[in-house]
Amino acid sequence: MRKTVAIFLVGAMMAMTFAGCGNSSSNGTSSGSGDTTAVTEAKNEEGGEQTNVGAVSKICTITDTGGINDQSFNQSVWEGLQQVSKDTGVEVSYLESKQTSEFITNMDKMIDAGNQLIWGNGYTVADATLEAAQLNLDVTFGVIDFAFSEAPENVFGVTFRAQESSFLAGYVAGRTTTTDHVGFVGGQKSDTIDAFEWGYKAGVAYAGKELGKEIQVDSQYAETFADSAKGKAIANKMYNSGADVIFHAAGGTGLGVIEAAKEANKWVIGVDRDQAYLAPDNVLTSAMKNVNVAVIDLSTKMFNGEQIGGQNYEYGLADGSVGLAEGHDNIDDKVYEDTMKLQEELKAGNITAPANEEEYNSYVSSL
Amino acid sequence: MIEKITNLLKKQIVAILLAILCGFIVAAIILSVAGYNPMEAFSALFRGIYSKPKYIANTIIKSTPIILTGLSVAFAFKTGLFNMGAEGQYIMGTIASVTVGVLFDFPPVIQIPLILLAGMVAGALYGAIVGLLKAYFGIHEVITSIMLNWIALYFNNFVVNLKALHKDNTTGTYPINDSGFIVFFDQMKRTKEGQASLKESPFWGEIILRTDFNAGIIFAIIAVILVMLLLKYTSKGYQLKAVGLNMDAAEFAGIPVKKNILQSMLIAGAISGLAGALVITGMSPHKLSILPAFENYGWNGVSVALIAGNSPLGCLFAGLLFGGFLYGGQTVQSEVGAPSEIINIMLGTIVFFVALSKVVVILSEKLEKRGKKHGK
Repeated sequence: MRKTVAIFLVGAMMAMTFAGCGNSSSNGTSSGSGDTTAVTEAKNEEGGEQTNVGAVSKICTITDTGGINDQSFNQSVWEGLQQVSKDTGVEVSYLESKQTSEFITNMDKMIDAGNQLIWGNGYTVADATLEAAQLNLDVTFGVIDFAFSEAPENVFGVTFRAQESSFLAGYVAGRTTTTDHVGFVGGQKSDTIDAFEWGYKAGVAYAGKELGKEIQVDSQYAETFADSAKGKAIANKMYNSGADVIFHAAGGTGLGVIEAAKEANKWVIGVDRDQAYLAPDNVLTSAMKNVNVAVIDLSTKMFNGEQIGGQNYEYGLADGSVGLAEGHDNIDDKVYEDTMKLQEELKAGNITAPANEEEYNSYVSSL
Repeated sequence: MIEKITNLLKKQIVAILLAILCGFIVAAIILSVAGYNPMEAFSALFRGIYSKPKYIANTIIKSTPIILTGLSVAFAFKTGLFNMGAEGQYIMGTIASVTVGVLFDFPPVIQIPLILLAGMVAGALYGAIVGLLKAYFGIHEVITSIMLNWIALYFNNFVVNLKALHKDNTTGTYPINDSGFIVFFDQMKRTKEGQASLKESPFWGEIILRTDFNAGIIFAIIAVILVMLLLKYTSKGYQLKAVGLNMDAAEFAGIPVKKNILQSMLIAGAISGLAGALVITGMSPHKLSILPAFENYGWNGVSVALIAGNSPLGCLFAGLLFGGFLYGGQTVQSEVGAPSEIINIMLGTIVFFVALSKVVVILSEKLEKRGKKHGK
């Protein structure tokens, strides 16, 4: 009995395969995609040469486990690619990774599909990217939020000067607080999140200096980007101890922070995207990271035939990749005006926002 | 004629095949409603599984852990226990494997068995908690095992942040030492010369270079065979099954019921733990990451066991089917643009209809009766 079950199952799979193939060839609809694969293979055989022979025709992105609708960088990259497709006519697609073990197989699928530029989202994808890049010299790979210590010819990393937007957020927080006490909630300690924390603290210190007072900054890490309940608990504690503005750089954990702000009716500053829609009356502003700007910029460069692999890129305020959210109904007009002035200073390079504790200490002592 | 049909309908395999067919039909309807061509999607699905040798290899790789978690659930079910804790036992297996794999660095002959053993022991002990609570305190195993899943998830996130294991600037631990890898030709893949010589054979070169093709499936097949032998040919297996069929009768016959429940959960846990150990040793990134949610290796195992009708050998094939759909489903997303959730809906429908297969039997009996009535 069991054997028959087994044999039948195999038979069923086979039968369905053939059915599937038969349909595709007779139908003709899907033969297009089949052809593309064939074309790419031909290309692979022709040239073992370097990247960027000419214009790119296929670009894709591979998400981390957050999924394509993560309200964060995965979504932002995809929006960027869709814009690129509109502007240049290249074919764009995405592939979601549900498990970390899927990064490699997804890379492989996208290479087979003939993509010439593959965006990997987040530093968790970096290892898989390097592995795939080593075997596929004719494909260019980009990793968001990661700087390679030594980027191979066909790989590049993209980072964002989050300290600049965080500095502005800190300034707004420092000017808005009435209790002279603000907070910061981080996801997990890393160089990336350090930039948020110390940039923010520097902004608060700058505002404190301007107002001639000392503003206390509480800082706590949730050790996870995915636990909104924990974020809420931390935020509640901070609000109860007197903080009235909290900035979060904690992904999903931060959603709990925003919820706590809503319940306590205090201020919260969003991150990565304009999070005002989550709590219109309580989100003071958001420190935006417009990943799409970088994606559009670099994809278009490659489309125009530029060699973009082999280095790291850093995007910041000056090119509009980071900054505060446009809506500023909750910010006092005078404060907003001053913030915009400060933004110009940062853009012009008159102020350098610190990205870690060391830089912060030397910055504060120079104030 | 009708008798033939009803007899056919009573066979489990027919019910399973019908369920798979229904899954495809439902998926086709959903795809067309969503504006995608179902034939195009299905052909992408199967091209994603079969069109290249390496895709088949990837399907096997992806199936390995769910064959084992499926086997774990099916084995427990044969002994009368609903092991909903395969997910947690799997996670405990990965935690133990990574801990051992990172902290120790013996030669492969010692390192690999050590890691696999660590994973199995961790899974077994975690399963034993469920067995203990069931046997001696009468607490239902479904409740305890599901709750223990969450404990395992958060324990994983705790372990990832331990100083000894956590890699800075990542959300994960260090990968295990190379000596623990069960990936075929792993050393060769790392050197330029090795890569060149592997490329000489287009068939194997592609499989070995482009995938994490590993020995895991061999362990899975061995586990399936061992479980089959245990259940069929040993007195222990007979005892376990007897307890599952009728606890009171078994006790009356002098079988120590409590001990058998405990042992059953130990074995089921060990199988799930092995799945975890094989994922860590066989598949990149060979490390733990913070888990925002379950990765579903265990839950997929429940579905696999259901599709397999709790037959150990069936798990092997149901696991391959399931793994193939999961892996091939990605191609549907990348080529047709349809969300891979469609594949999940399809799999869900299949499981649903398999669960409904009893209805088919009832219906066929009705058909039989009606046939007889008309025959008179």
